[in-house]
Amino acid sequence: MAKHDPRKPFVPQRDHDKSPVMECVGLGIDFGGLTAVDDFNITITPTEICGLIGPNGAGKTTVFNLLTKVYKPTRGKIYLDGKDTCGLNTMQANKAGLARTFQNIRLFKELTVLENVLVGLHNEMYYNVWGALFRVPAYWRTEKIAKERAREMLSIFDMEDMAEHKAGSLPYGSQRRLEIVRALATNPTVLLLDEPAAGMNPNETEELMENIKKINKTFKIAILLIEHDMNLVMNICEGIAVLNYGKIIAKGTPAEIQRSPQVIEAYLGTGGGGGDA
Amino acid sequence: MSFALHLINGLQMGSIYALVALGYTMVYGIIKLLNFAHGDIIMVGGYIALFSLTLGRMPALLAALVTVAGCTLLAVIIEKLAYTPLRFAPRLSLLITAIGISILLQNLAQFFFTANDRGFPGHLLFPTGSVSIGGLSIAYTSIITVALSIASMAALHLLVKSTKLGKAMRAVSEDQGAAQLMGINVNHIITFTFAVGAALAGVGALLYSVRFPLIAPTIGAMLGLKAFVAAVFGGIGSIPGTMVGGYAIGLLEALVTAAGLSGWVDGVVFLLLIIVLMVRPTGLMGRPIMEKV
Amino acid sequence: MKRFTLSMPVRYIINTVLIITLLLVGNQIMGSGILGRAQTAIIIQVGFFIILAVSLNMVTGYLGQLPLGHAGFMAVGAYAGALFWRAAVLPGMASVVGGLIVAGVAAAITGVIIGIPALRLRGDYLAIITLGFGEIIRVVLNNLDTITYGARGLRNIPRYSSFMLVYICVIVACGAIHMIMKSRHGRAILSIRENEIAAESCGINTTYYKVLTFAVSAFFAGVAGALFAGNIGILVPANFDFMTSINILMIVVLGGLGSMMGSVIAASVLTSLPLVLQPLNEYRMIIFSLMLIVVMIFKPSGLMGNYDFSMSRIIEKVVNRLRTGKTAGKLKSGK
Repeated sequence: MAKHDPRKPFVPQRDHDKSPVMECVGLGIDFGGLTAVDDFNITITPTEICGLIGPNGAGKTTVFNLLTKVYKPTRGKIYLDGKDTCGLNTMQANKAGLARTFQNIRLFKELTVLENVLVGLHNEMYYNVWGALFRVPAYWRTEKIAKERAREMLSIFDMEDMAEHKAGSLPYGSQRRLEIVRALATNPTVLLLDEPAAGMNPNETEELMENIKKINKTFKIAILLIEHDMNLVMNICEGIAVLNYGKIIAKGTPAEIQRSPQVIEAYLGTGGGGGDA
Repeated sequence: MSFALHLINGLQMGSIYALVALGYTMVYGIIKLLNFAHGDIIMVGGYIALFSLTLGRMPALLAALVTVAGCTLLAVIIEKLAYTPLRFAPRLSLLITAIGISILLQNLAQFFFTANDRGFPGHLLFPTGSVSIGGLSIAYTSIITVALSIASMAALHLLVKSTKLGKAMRAVSEDQGAAQLMGINVNHIITFTFAVGAALAGVGALLYSVRFPLIAPTIGAMLGLKAFVAAVFGGIGSIPGTMVGGYAIGLLEALVTAAGLSGWVDGVVFLLLIIVLMVRPTGLMGRPIMEKV
Repeated sequence: MKRFTLSMPVRYIINTVLIITLLLVGNQIMGSGILGRAQTAIIIQVGFFIILAVSLNMVTGYLGQLPLGHAGFMAVGAYAGALFWRAAVLPGMASVVGGLIVAGVAAAITGVIIGIPALRLRGDYLAIITLGFGEIIRVVLNNLDTITYGARGLRNIPRYSSFMLVYICVIVACGAIHMIMKSRHGRAILSIRENEIAAESCGINTTYYKVLTFAVSAFFAGVAGALFAGNIGILVPANFDFMTSINILMIVVLGGLGSMMGSVIAASVLTSLPLVLQPLNEYRMIIFSLMLIVVMIFKPSGLMGNYDFSMSRIIEKVVNRLRTGKTAGKLKSGK
């Protein structure tokens, strides 16, 4: 493999101590008079897989939007690797180490699968516009390495064969997987997955679980995921936070969450089973 | 010309802008389309009024009704033929189609009526003469223009706020899907909105033709653009905001002219647009739009 | 069997040879006197409309925004280039090239100035704000009497726009845009068109790339403007009104948003057709606008879609077809 700029490694070396990689303190946002998320506190250590669960409309995706700076928080702080992310925008949050997927898939549909991943690798390439214009050696070198790298990453999900297909033509499950690959390509320290198993059949979900674990191990990154599939959450998450009406009502290990009366109440409601649904 | 006269001129133009701008606002509010052809509908209205008065020898009121009806019919035909097939297309396609319609109308007019100006017999439509108030002589046409446009806007306000149809229009502009689920025929409401906007444009065409009595295929383009600026300035989608925007643009033009800079009028209007869009993209009274992630 | 593919250097050599051949053949034909004055004028005009179309296509087709003030950038370039040439500060060829660069840079700077506020807005608002800027540029040119001579026209512009110069500029414009688009920067631009929020989440600096696209697009529009000035020798602000912007947009849309080849073909056909078929001239705009509407309704991707021509790909295809044909033949004979 050809050499590339050592300043910008594709796989960074990190020291894996247990200091938190991401920390939210008192995070909250209001829309108009409505409080969508309030007093959200969470700490994620490197290489940890965490789950964020809760009923529909609890504010889970809003938390992701706050973390990635799509929304500006009304109050509270987000620290990445100990640094305050206040004042960053979405692009800078990504550069600071946050990558995400979307609940409603947002792929670059008219681009090929490979190009989608290459967009993710954008900031890992270092030739400028003039370099592209005059096709300097760095252009050829970087493009070659990036394409190899992209195919390698696609192989995590056995998608190398689809590299030249248009992303929009992929089946639903593959689109979700491609979004994960694209997010991974941006070289994050924390990966946010918004309902990765939505629309997948049990076999695909099983496979996805293995792959999330594999990503967590090989890339040594923390993963925070929103998911409604309790089987997946309980099986792969080390810590789980439960959100209801914008507030964390329970935090703990899967076993603790399953026993928590507040969680059972949030999911099943109170009132002694008056509903007939 | 005295400053007061400039001001009256500004009010008169502002009334016309407000009427035309309402057409943009209503269509934008309901299908998020910048209806580029709206200005050219006014141009067609000008020709209809001209020919009804001269060739048709119609009485003023009948000619006015024919003009308004003609504009409405034209807008409905355009909506059905060109915009309805694109209801679910990307907005860029819809916008380009609207530009296409605008160019088509202009060039059809040029083909049938030639590019030459035609004088408009304003005296056949509105009474001539003027009244003197406090030493100022104000033309009847100015008074009629302001009064007629305010009356039209009041009627529109009543329609939107106090009728069942108006409620349906507001529902569709809020959420098409939900409106449909509530049993509202969305297609009918959209067509109706175009029709109402075009009827106002018909009134605008009459007033504009009297104000600038030369009809040519290109008169609608600049009028339309400035009315759109007025709509954006006031807050597109908001009916009161649009009215305020219309008068603001009319008065601004009058002020620039009064300052002796008539060559810069168009430039100043567009500069105002740019400043508004940068400082407050939703206009004076518009609501912010947020994209759902 | 492994598919036959041409290596990158070979592709570049093929393209270079192709371009130089076309240019030399074209120059021979133009110099031979086979073509009359009218035809020569058309061919030159096709040239700068190609530049205008491919540069607008960069913003509309690749970035996915709809500016309606392309004629404004063209105007800035035209006046900047013309004034530079008239001043004759540099000798001979240096003046010609210098004027084109001045024209491009002036337009690009205007593009950045307009782009920074305009690109904060989306869709229709961007369309209308660029339209506004285009009109302002025209009003300013009309009123800066001492420099531009306003509506009376800027005269005595040196007629530098020869066939050779125009077509070298066409190639530079197409080449530069192609090089940018087939790079990480081009992919970033496309990703903004496809999904802006996702692009930002991938660490793409969307503002930077929007302004960059605007600037590059404006640069080449400015160069085209200077070529326009060097072709007709006199400039009036009315040359650059809203209809000119719309004409360029029509070319891009009919050719296919996002297809450089489409822009080139549409520019050639739409510019030359009405001039070749004189009787059609009266209906020209009626036909064009109808085509625009019909294309939007029935084939919104334009006539060429986003297909792009590649000589190398054609050669690869032919070779592959021949080779599979041969093996098939061998198999048959072996049987």
